[in-house]
Amino acid sequence: MKKLFPLVTACLLLALLSNFTAGPAGYQVGDKVADFKLRNVDGQLVSLADNQAAKGYIVVFTCNTCPYAQAYESRIIGLHQKYAAQGYPVVAINPNDEATVPGDSFAAMKARAASKQYPFPYLQDATQQVARTFGATRTPHLYVVTRRGTDFVVSYIGAIDDNSEDATLVKTKYVEQAMTDILAGKPAATSSTKAIGCTIKWKKA
Amino acid sequence: MKSFRLFLLLLTGGLLSAGAARAQQVSVIKFAELQQRLNRQNDTTYVVNFWATWCAPCVKELPLFEQLNTTHADKKVKVLLVSMDYASQLNKKVKPFVLRRGLKSEVVLLGETDPNTYLEKVDPKWSGALPFTVMWNGRQNRRATFEKEFTPAELAAEVARFLP
Repeated sequence: MKKLFPLVTACLLLALLSNFTAGPAGYQVGDKVADFKLRNVDGQLVSLADNQAAKGYIVVFTCNTCPYAQAYESRIIGLHQKYAAQGYPVVAINPNDEATVPGDSFAAMKARAASKQYPFPYLQDATQQVARTFGATRTPHLYVVTRRGTDFVVSYIGAIDDNSEDATLVKTKYVEQAMTDILAGKPAATSSTKAIGCTIKWKKA
Repeated sequence: MKSFRLFLLLLTGGLLSAGAARAQQVSVIKFAELQQRLNRQNDTTYVVNFWATWCAPCVKELPLFEQLNTTHADKKVKVLLVSMDYASQLNKKVKPFVLRRGLKSEVVLLGETDPNTYLEKVDPKWSGALPFTVMWNGRQNRRATFEKEFTPAELAAEVARFLP
């Protein structure tokens, strides 16, 4: 029995480890969100719990360097301008490893946020743990989370709209469609969509 | 002297455009056509890689797919490179890229504007990040998808699983 114990512990550890390295599949619609504490470009730490007045958030994983993120940048600013007043401000999170992509360094993030006058926090996910927990795979990758008491629950995951190249040719604004339902207190009719984006630049293992 | 320079300019211009004409075609296809190609079931192992000129990890791993054409020339392996660049970039970016790299694999550009309409149909596991690769062999009833960048060893090992 004594001999067995370390073996069992080792097996359990191994199981945990292999689970951990495989990475979680990330959130599905309806999942409760684990709060985070990430550094904003102004040097302050930001958490979802900070803003008591927020009914929810539009959390978007984005970055400086991806052409798709750049194509959507002004549309993300537009989402904040439209929905912050209705209780759903944007929180932008950059999950890219700055060692792999120097253009996504904290200094470069500060410069970008300043030059484009981001009206929302732009946070660095330095450990990439938040992106992994959410299950974000690409930039941009967007999540709408809705307050339930002191918790936040995922109510929409996916794409911003149906045309990344040309905002003037958009027929379906997926996020806005979802937001209409969410603001009316209903589940989003289309709560999950997909889009092309740049793969998140994960740290070299 | 001036006329000589002009002559040279015209000559090099002519040579360059002749080269471009000889370069492989990149056709723009709709998803329905791509889907037909993704459903080919026979004794060939198909390797379809979704990439884009703006995607650094994709560009980095392209030579690995190119190499398959030589290393597996006698093994019934067919590589298709599907560019996810915008169709508006065909002549400006994609064709010059293919020419510059001397790509030998077949290259097509997927001319669709809303990925939400087709990503799921390519593979439910594809979240939309690039690069993305699908391999299959109908005769062996095997299929595998990869939403990641390959190392040379990984790609060789994954393709090897499909070979008799």
